[in-house]
Amino acid sequence: MKIDIILCGVGGMGALSSAAIISKAALDMGWYMKQAETHGMSQRGGDVQSHLRLSDQPIASDLIPAGQCDLILSVEPMEALRYLPFLNKKTGWVITNSNAFVNIPNYPDLEAVKAEIDKLPNKIIFDADAVAKEANNPKGTNMVVLGAASKYLGIDIEKLEDAVRSNFGKKGESVVNANINALRAGRAVADK
Amino acid sequence: MDKHLFLGDEAIAQAAIDAGLSGVYAYPGTPSTEITEFIQDSKMARELGIRSEWCANEKTAMEAALGMSYAGKRAMFCCKHVGVNVAADCFVNSAVTGVNGGLVYIAADDPSMHSSQNEQDSRFYADFAFIPAMEPASQQEAYDMIHYAFDLSEKYKEPVMMRITTRMAHSRAGVERKAEVRKQNQLTLPVDKKQYILLPAIARKQYAKLLEKQPDFVKESETAGWNKYFDGTDKKLGIIACGIAYNYLMENYPDRKCPYPIVKVQQYPLPTAMIEKLYNECDEILVLEEGQPLNEQKIRGFMNNGKRVHGRLDGSLPRMGELSPNAVGRALGLNIEEGLEIPALVAARPPKLCDGCPHIDSYTALNEAMKSFPGGRVFSDIGCYTLGALPPFEAIYSTVDMGASITMAKGASEATLLPSVAVIGDSTFTHSGMTGLLDCCVDNANITVIILDNEITGMTGSQKSSATGRLESICTGLGVAPEHIRVIKPLKQNFEENVKVLKEEIGYNGVSVVIPRRECIVAMNKRLKAERAAKEKAAKQN
Repeated sequence: MKIDIILCGVGGMGALSSAAIISKAALDMGWYMKQAETHGMSQRGGDVQSHLRLSDQPIASDLIPAGQCDLILSVEPMEALRYLPFLNKKTGWVITNSNAFVNIPNYPDLEAVKAEIDKLPNKIIFDADAVAKEANNPKGTNMVVLGAASKYLGIDIEKLEDAVRSNFGKKGESVVNANINALRAGRAVADK
Repeated sequence: MDKHLFLGDEAIAQAAIDAGLSGVYAYPGTPSTEITEFIQDSKMARELGIRSEWCANEKTAMEAALGMSYAGKRAMFCCKHVGVNVAADCFVNSAVTGVNGGLVYIAADDPSMHSSQNEQDSRFYADFAFIPAMEPASQQEAYDMIHYAFDLSEKYKEPVMMRITTRMAHSRAGVERKAEVRKQNQLTLPVDKKQYILLPAIARKQYAKLLEKQPDFVKESETAGWNKYFDGTDKKLGIIACGIAYNYLMENYPDRKCPYPIVKVQQYPLPTAMIEKLYNECDEILVLEEGQPLNEQKIRGFMNNGKRVHGRLDGSLPRMGELSPNAVGRALGLNIEEGLEIPALVAARPPKLCDGCPHIDSYTALNEAMKSFPGGRVFSDIGCYTLGALPPFEAIYSTVDMGASITMAKGASEATLLPSVAVIGDSTFTHSGMTGLLDCCVDNANITVIILDNEITGMTGSQKSSATGRLESICTGLGVAPEHIRVIKPLKQNFEENVKVLKEEIGYNGVSVVIPRRECIVAMNKRLKAERAAKEKAAKQN
């Protein structure tokens, strides 16, 4: 068993905290994991990415080899496209929020971005912001996307919920529950 | 035993605490910052009284670490690769003095320049100073090696470098801690009272001692177990795989069975016997190393008239940038299944100044003021404000090294480029700008220095700045006339007043300083959030 995931977005959108939650859940299950981040200047609106590798065998490289990624998890549609060189052309999945985060003057036409994602054999593109709002957690887009992806992760949703509890526990019960609700709402989208 | 999910940086920090560290000395720099931050945030380190405040720059940090080692205690110094340049004087000389308590230098290199000005390889420094260096391939090894590095340092009374790169520093994995936490050393003075006095006559003796230790260092590299020889069935190629390059090699063999003999290198100087065996038994050699071709150059030799050596120099691997599993796979001649191309419509998302950042108002006012001085130039420095080079500001013309804005502006003004203006952050100013400003005062240079004071080290994630609360008195003390030290508040509503102040000081013939002062917006939001949380907690308890 091995699964290679790229989590991506723009600085501040929570891509890295999703990575931390999957990592925690995987470690709790006794899997091997490696998670590499690039976040040098990302606090200032740049793109962020994390390579997350899970396996029941020891993992060699911290970076996912190009062309071998199983799952791109993105909180922003154009960012999902940025990492296509890593995706396995045949079997890889892209799961992404459909709403653009526009902080540059030359952001491409959103319909054209969606059309590029549509070309891929395996994808889920949905309005994760709306699902997060419905779940009463408008800041929980990243958790919604993670919930949707949980179906393809091979990790029980309960394990992810435990990891959310452990990672957000310091911030109090209400933050934990808000994130768990967003996670479940995302999962419901994938189960539909 | 429970596994901890640690960044490479965090594994190093926890290891140092567990290995009996008494103090860490550092200046923040990506990707090394999290080492010191981990120790600052560690309850265990606090209870053990481990010293961990930020220092003014890498040189002051390394010298203080050497001082702690002089007193017999274990000390660690951390920096990003270019920080070694700042500390290089102490770095090289500390190899000549030797040490007393264990002293470990962590250098975090940034190949591909994710957040840096160059991709220099710190292993060259260790080689140059003749000290041992460690290069872990995993977070667990990084943890385990720190204990060994302190032991090695105390055994041979020399500083030991650990070189990591971005992928090791900023990658997480499960790490098992050692059961035992070592006690800190007692205060113990060096036996040799003259060891640290590098008068030429003593320095020559000390340097000879350092050279005499070299065969022992090679022996350690052969026997300590960090360097390994793996035999292979196919001797057409022998591979030297250093640090994390070994991981990229193994990634290409899913069953982890590489047909070629391998020397896995994680400790320097190179293990001579292992390298000789590989060279003698194999037809050709492939050198895999993250960073610059240090070992490849050595194996190949200037004349390049031995066996064929492949690597970055003959084009088997890219000459610059990080390695990757696929780059290594191609160098092995394997068939690599690539992914899709990035669609052409994907736009770059360059970093930019945050909404509400004080630097935005400073640059807007400066650009307006500079309209009155069309022949002038603005020299800048290392920090968030380097983003003033990009649209919409395009306000600056240089960013070279910490502190260079002031001294480059001075030199340019002396070449009659007027006005020459320097823009530098508060933390960068106390790091390496103060001495340059002293030069300006001594020469009565015709320059204006703008010290952007956001009361924090912003770029690396809101670390405490040594400059906070001290800037005006530093400038006065260095010799700037008090009436030409002007503090302004960079806000939209103060635009006209700020432009006026800037124009007056840029127009002044002599040394002037303008300090736009307003708290970093990211730091402010963090502070307000923490204050709110503290208030809520207090309210609950009442």
